[in-house]
Amino acid sequence: MSAVVHARGLSKRYGATVALDRVDFDIEAGRIVGLIGPNGAGKTTALKSILGLSEFDGELSVLGFDPRTQRAQLMEQVCFIADVAVLPRWLRVGEAVDFVAGVHPRFSRAKCEAFLANTKVRPTMRVRELSKGMIVQLHLALVMAIDARILILDEPTLGLDILYRKTFYESLLTDYFDENKTIIVTTHQVEEIEHILTDLIFIRDGRIALNASMDEIGERYAEVMVNPDRADAARALKPLNERQIFGKSIFLFDGVERSRLAELGELHKPSIADLFVATMKGTYA
Amino acid sequence: MNTMGWLVKREYWEHRGGFLWAPVWVSVVMLALTLVGIISAEVVGSRVEVSGGVPWDRIAERLNAGDIAHAGAGLDGAFVALAAILCIPLFFVLFFYLLGSLYDDRRDRSVLFWKSLPVTDTATVLSKVIAAVLLAPIIAFVVAIAAYVVLLLIVCGWAALHGINPLPAIASSHPLGLLWRLALTIPVDALWALPTVGWLMFWSAFARSKPFLWAVLVPIFVVIANSWLGMLGAPSFSRSFLVNDVVFRLLFGIVPGAWLQGTGLDLGDRIRGVNSDGEVSTVLAIFDPSVVYALLGTPKLWIGVVVGAALIAASVWLRRTRIETST
Repeated sequence: MSAVVHARGLSKRYGATVALDRVDFDIEAGRIVGLIGPNGAGKTTALKSILGLSEFDGELSVLGFDPRTQRAQLMEQVCFIADVAVLPRWLRVGEAVDFVAGVHPRFSRAKCEAFLANTKVRPTMRVRELSKGMIVQLHLALVMAIDARILILDEPTLGLDILYRKTFYESLLTDYFDENKTIIVTTHQVEEIEHILTDLIFIRDGRIALNASMDEIGERYAEVMVNPDRADAARALKPLNERQIFGKSIFLFDGVERSRLAELGELHKPSIADLFVATMKGTYA
Repeated sequence: MNTMGWLVKREYWEHRGGFLWAPVWVSVVMLALTLVGIISAEVVGSRVEVSGGVPWDRIAERLNAGDIAHAGAGLDGAFVALAAILCIPLFFVLFFYLLGSLYDDRRDRSVLFWKSLPVTDTATVLSKVIAAVLLAPIIAFVVAIAAYVVLLLIVCGWAALHGINPLPAIASSHPLGLLWRLALTIPVDALWALPTVGWLMFWSAFARSKPFLWAVLVPIFVVIANSWLGMLGAPSFSRSFLVNDVVFRLLFGIVPGAWLQGTGLDLGDRIRGVNSDGEVSTVLAIFDPSVVYALLGTPKLWIGVVVGAALIAASVWLRRTRIETST
C-alpha cells in the first residue's frame, strides 16, 4: 500500500516560534490516525499544511499532489471539518446542499439528504438557528456524502454533549469509513476515539514523540499493577511512568518483556490517555 | 450550472438584502412619496409642489396642457431619475460588500468551510468581482425598470381621473431607447469600477482587523503627506491629480456613472438639465453609446483597469494563506 500522506522534513515557523521541526511521517490508506498532542504542539499546523492552508518548508505530498500549488484538485479528494461552527451563519441548509452539489463533482445529494432525514435539521433552516450539535450533523452530512479519499477532522466534537459525540464517531465508522478512505483526527478527548483508531501519532513541541499502529502499541507498552513490596523491583526496570491507586503502584513500561512484567503483578493494556500523559510529562514545565 | 455560476449565486444568497431589497425599498419609498404628493395635490386641489419622489409636476402640468412631446420627455426624465436614485444605495452596498468580501468569512472562520471545497481562490475572488460589477448593478437596473412600469401605471390612473388620454405622451417617450442605452452603461461602469473594486478587496484580504480604516485612511494619509511635501518645496503631486485621479478612483469608482465626473457633465447636472429644459433629444443623447463608449478610448480608463486587475491579483494571492484575523 502506498502512503496517502508523505512528509519529509516538514517544518513551519511563526517568527521565532517553531511550530513544526523537520517532521517525517507517512500515513497509509485505509487507516484512522489520531494526531494527538498538547495545546500548541503543532497538530493544527500539520493539518493546515496537509490542506494547503498554510505555507511550509520541506517535502509534503498528499495523494501525490502538492498542497501548496494543487489545492483545488486536492480538495476534490480531501474533506475536512475544522471544528464546530465554521459553517456561515447566514446560510440556509438547503442552500448549503445546493452549493456543495454544484461545486463538488464527488458529492451525492441523495446520500446527504438521507443523512439529514435522520436529524432535526430542515432545509429551510438557517445555520444560525441550529444548535451546535445540529451544525455538526449538517457538516457531517455534507462531508459524508462526498466520496473523498481523506477526511481530516480537527477537534470535530469540541463543545458537543456526549450524545452528539458518540453518534458523530458512530456514523463515521458505520456509514462512511472503508478500506479506501483515510481519516486523520485530532482531539483532546482521546478516550472517546481510542477504540476506533488504527494508528497513533503523538506530537510534542513540533516533533513526533510517537508514531505507531495500535497493534504495535499493544505489543510495546504494558501497564502493571504492583503491590508496594515489589515496587522497587518494578522501578529497577525503568518504567516510563508511575502512579498510585488504592495503595498499589501502576507502572507503565515500554518494550520490557511480558514474562518479566507478569512476575511483578497484574498486566493490562495502557489507555492512550495514560500513555499520552506519560509521554508528555513536563510539557508545560 | 458551472462552479462560477454557483459562486456568484452564493454571493447573492449572502447579500440578498443589499443587492435586491435595498434597491426595492428605495424604489418603493420613491414611488410612495410621489403617490402621496399626487394625492395631497388632488385633495387640496391646487398646484401643490410635489416634493420628493420623481419630478411629477413636469409630467402632470404638461399632460394637462396637452404638451405631449414635453410630457414624454418628462417621463424619460423620470425613468432616468428612478435609475439614478438607486446609484446611491448601490454605492454604499457595494462599498461595504467589497470591504467585507474577503474579510467577513475570515472573521467568522467560515472561510475554513469554503476552503474545504474544490474551488480555486482565483474563482472565489473573481465571483465576488462579478457580483459587485455585474450582478448588483443589473439587479438594481431591473428594479428601476419595474419601478418605472409602476410609475407609468400611476400616470395612467391619474390621467384617467382627469379625463386625459396618457397614451400619446407615453408613445412620445423613449422607454426602450433609454433601456438599452442605460443597460449599455453597465459594462463601462464595470471597467471604470475596477480600481475601486481591487482596492477595497485588497484591504479586505489583507487586513487582520478593520479593513475600512486601511482602505480609507491610507489614501487620506497619502494626500496629507503629499501636501506637506508640497509645502516644504519637495517634489509632490498636484492635489487635484491625487484627489480626482487617484483617491476618487480608488474609493468612488463603484458609483455608476462616476466617469461622468470631471467631464463637466456629471449625472446630477445632466438630470437637472433634462428636467429644466425637457429637451427630448438631450436625455437620449447623453447616454448614447457613441458618447459612453468614447471612454474606452481614454488612457484614464485603461490605466484604472490595469491597476484594478493588479490589486485583484494581489487579493487572490493573499487569499491563499491569509486565513486568520486578530478577532
